[in-house]
This record gives sequence, C-alpha cells and structure tokens, in this order.
Amino acid sequence: MVRFENVGLRYGLGPEILRDLSFAIPAHSFQFLTGPSGAGKTSLLKLLFLSLRPTRGLVNLFGHDVSLLGKDQIADLRKRIGIVLQDFRLLDHMTTYENVALPFRVMGREESSYRKEVIDLLKWVGLGERMDALPPILSGGEKQRAAIARAVISRPHLLLADEPTGNVDPTLGRRLLRLFIELNKSGTAVIIATHDMTLMDQYDARRLVLHQGRLHIYE
Amino acid sequence: MMQGGWCCTRDGCISMSRTDQQHGPLVDLGRERPQVPARARNMSPIVPRGSISGSALVAVVAIMTFLASITTGTVLLVSASAAEWQSEVASEITVQVRPAPGRDIERDSTAVADAVRAQSGIVEVRPFSREESAKLLEPWLGSGLSLDELPVPRILIARVQPGYAVDLEALRRRVTQAAPTASVDDHRAWIERMRSMTGATVVAGIGILALVIVATIISVSFATRGAMAANRPIVEVLHFVGAGDRYIANRFLRHFLRLGLEGGVIGGGIAMLVFGFSESIASWFSGTPVGDQFAALLGTFSLRPSGYLALAVQAVVIAAITAWASRRTLFATLNDIE
Repeated sequence: MVRFENVGLRYGLGPEILRDLSFAIPAHSFQFLTGPSGAGKTSLLKLLFLSLRPTRGLVNLFGHDVSLLGKDQIADLRKRIGIVLQDFRLLDHMTTYENVALPFRVMGREESSYRKEVIDLLKWVGLGERMDALPPILSGGEKQRAAIARAVISRPHLLLADEPTGNVDPTLGRRLLRLFIELNKSGTAVIIATHDMTLMDQYDARRLVLHQGRLHIYE
Repeated sequence: MMQGGWCCTRDGCISMSRTDQQHGPLVDLGRERPQVPARARNMSPIVPRGSISGSALVAVVAIMTFLASITTGTVLLVSASAAEWQSEVASEITVQVRPAPGRDIERDSTAVADAVRAQSGIVEVRPFSREESAKLLEPWLGSGLSLDELPVPRILIARVQPGYAVDLEALRRRVTQAAPTASVDDHRAWIERMRSMTGATVVAGIGILALVIVATIISVSFATRGAMAANRPIVEVLHFVGAGDRYIANRFLRHFLRLGLEGGVIGGGIAMLVFGFSESIASWFSGTPVGDQFAALLGTFSLRPSGYLALAVQAVVIAAITAWASRRTLFATLNDIE
C-alpha cells in the first residue's frame, strides 16, 4: 500500500530531518509511529499524506509514484486517506455535524444519504449532544474527537493520526483506540503517531521508531 | 466479536466496510440507536459569505461598470448623431453663387436654381433669399445688415432623391454655364472630417473601456488574493478531505460571480438611469451656450432601446470578467496552498 525507498526530507537549505527511510506499510496493518519530540513524526505523516514531497528517494502510495502525480490525482488519493492532526483543523463556521460530514460533502453525496451514519458516529465518540455546536465552544477533547470522526467517517484505506489521544482522558483514549482497531479490522491500514506509552501498551502492534531522522522498525 | 463485518463492543455495534461498497452504517449504537431527524439539515456554506469582504469589491465593480457604461453610451450617442448628420448632409448639395463685377447676382441665382432643377436626381431646390442670407450672417455681423454693401455670396440648397447618385460633373457644367461664378459643394470633405471625428471618438471609447476592464481585472485579482489569504485554513482543510482545486475554486467563484453581478447591476443601473434622465437634465441647460453645443453634438441626448440593451450586456460581461479574473487568481493561489 505504501512503500518508501531511501527517502530523505529537508526544509529549504536546512539539515536533512528524515534520512534514508525505507519501509512499507502493508494493507490492513496497524502501527504506532513514535519517537522523541522533533524526531520528524509529523513530517513523516505529511509525506504519507502527500502534503510534503521528499527531497530524495521514492515514495509509492497505492501503487503510484507520488513524484509523478498531478494535483488532481493527489486530491483523488487523499480521498482514500484519513488524517487527524494535532491542531484538529476544524472549520469554525461549521457545526460539529457539518465538520464530520465534510468528506461526504466534498464527494458530492446527498445529505440524506449520510446523515444517519454521521449522527451514529458522533454519538459513538460522545459528541451526540454537541452535534450543532461550533468548534470554538468545544473543549480540546471534543475537538479532537470531532477531528477523529471526520477522518474515519469515509472509512479510508489509510488512516494517519497525529497524537489522537493527546487531549482526552484515559477512558475515552481507550475508546478511541478501540475505534481505530475496529477500523483496522475492517481493512484500513492505521498509523498512529504518539508519545503515549500507555496507549501503545494497550495494543500489540508494529512500532516505527524515529530517532535522529532515521527509522527503526520493531515488528 | 465480529459478525459479518459488524463488531460488537460494550459501547455498541460498529459496522466497518468501505465507502465504495454497498454497506451499512459505520457505527451502529444497537439499543441506543439515535433518532435521526427526518428533515434535511440546512448546511452552512463551505466558504462563508461574510469571510469575503465583498462591499469594497462591489463598489469597485459598480464604479467600473458605471464608467464603462457612460463611455459606451456616449460613444453610441456620438455615433448615432454623426450617422444622422452624415445622412442629412449627404442628401443635400450646396450651390454657392458669388457676386462678380458686372453681373446681377439675383439673376445668376435664379438661372442657377433653374439649372439645378433641370438636373436628374434633384427633387427640390431652395434658394436662400437676401433676408435669409442676412439672417445667416447675423451672429457674426449683427442685425440690420445691408447685403448691397458687402460681396456676400448667395446660397442654394438642393435636395437629392434618396439613393440616387447625382452626376456632379454634369451638374457643375450646367451650373457654370448658368453663372460662371457659381460653385457646387457636395460636402464630401466635411463628411470625411465627420467620419474621422466619429472614428476617433469610438477609438477613444474603446481605449477607455479597455482601461476600465484592465483596472477591474487588477482590482478583482487583489480582492481574490485577499479572500484566499483570509480563508487559507478552509482551503487547507478542504485539501485534507480530498477536495480538488476545481471543487475549491467553485466554492469561492460563486461568491465572486455574485459580487460581480451585484456591482454590474448597480453600476450599469445607475448609468442607465443617468441616460434615462439625460433629456430632462439637458433641458435644464438648454438656451445656455454649453447646452446648445451639447445638443448640437449629441442631439436629443437620449439612448435608443438597443443602446440600453448594449449597456445591460456590458454589465453582464463585466460580471463575467470579474468571475473569470477571480477564477484565474484562485487557481494560481491554490497552487501555493498545500
């Protein structure tokens, strides 16, 4: 599904922050991406999400060499990827419901065709009562859950999550992990970037550890 | 416990299958199934209307459309008046009989009038009498003028049958035989000057229109860049959820097309009102030297229905140019936003 070969990344003329990354993310796999702060976890997620291009090496995503892709093809591939970012990126003028339904809206689906699905998911992540609330009045944890719901609502082939349980209590953290695991069991490859050892200890999965720009894999 | 794509947990049952397959819901709450509202929700626009500072752009487009409409209207008025003058002047021939020592100008005038009448294609000949000639000179020489003291030529106006090409050479020969001091003027030189002046007016109008359109495009491009900068977070999120540039651009384009149409309707509407009331406005100035000059140049100062149609089409074209300029800038800006 995803293949990196000798990938390097630098910002401008700065030092290379990711070096010689070679790994594969098989379909249906589940992995944690971890490492100290500043190790390049978010940059690696951005490479996987095609919002950054590598300065060297080959990135192959869903069978496509990303260096050869045009903007429209990248947009099509992104429809198969869900992403949860640390800063949530919710649209402040839209309700929680509308934010979560946004991927369906962009796909051009009728509101009636996905309404129940979105409401069910919002209830499941504990936002049933906050459906019509605007993001500025949501707590950090609620925003995080809304961002996760938006990322998983279209059941992507690949889910990227950057510290998805950073702002929620342990109980809700476990519940969200359960959601990711069930999503993975249904066929979605999941990559969760986290510092949270407790979270990683709750599920036996492959670990990708970034250290000083290099990747170490523990199966 | 997994059951045919369904997973049951303490929190409820979750159905997991791809969006591109026929499937049930992602999450099923089992016994706690929520009540789904029957009516569709009113979805917020993806790009909120208030996020694009439209009033300034509407004002710019309205001013530009107004200036463009005034320019076009004036060019249409001048062209119509010029065409009218040309057709009037081209249907007349002026014969001038100059006084000469030893010749009776009255008799020469009568002889020339008879000669012109005999020419085929001439339907009417009107000689100006002594009094009428004196009247023509009154603005320059004052009233109470005695033509006997001045060598003032006598004028005859011959009206040509519409569509008939008069043999001018034959007419000149005929007129010269009747009175050697007579000359024929078919106003060709004057018509040529009129044609040049009308052409220059149209070219100047097109130049002003081009400048107005360029200024509109530049203003709209700046406004679009500003709107895109203000809405950058929205664009980024839309990219995250897989929206292509065309989809995103269309969300913004609707706003700019609406703003362009609003500006076009306001500017074009005011210009039409100005032309609509121009006759009344012109009447306030009638009798004044300025008013008379304008009346001479632009006639009744009123546009024909086709002129109003041209202004309406122009307002729509300016709105379309606004949308086009906005779209062009949108795609250029989207390339810079990941």
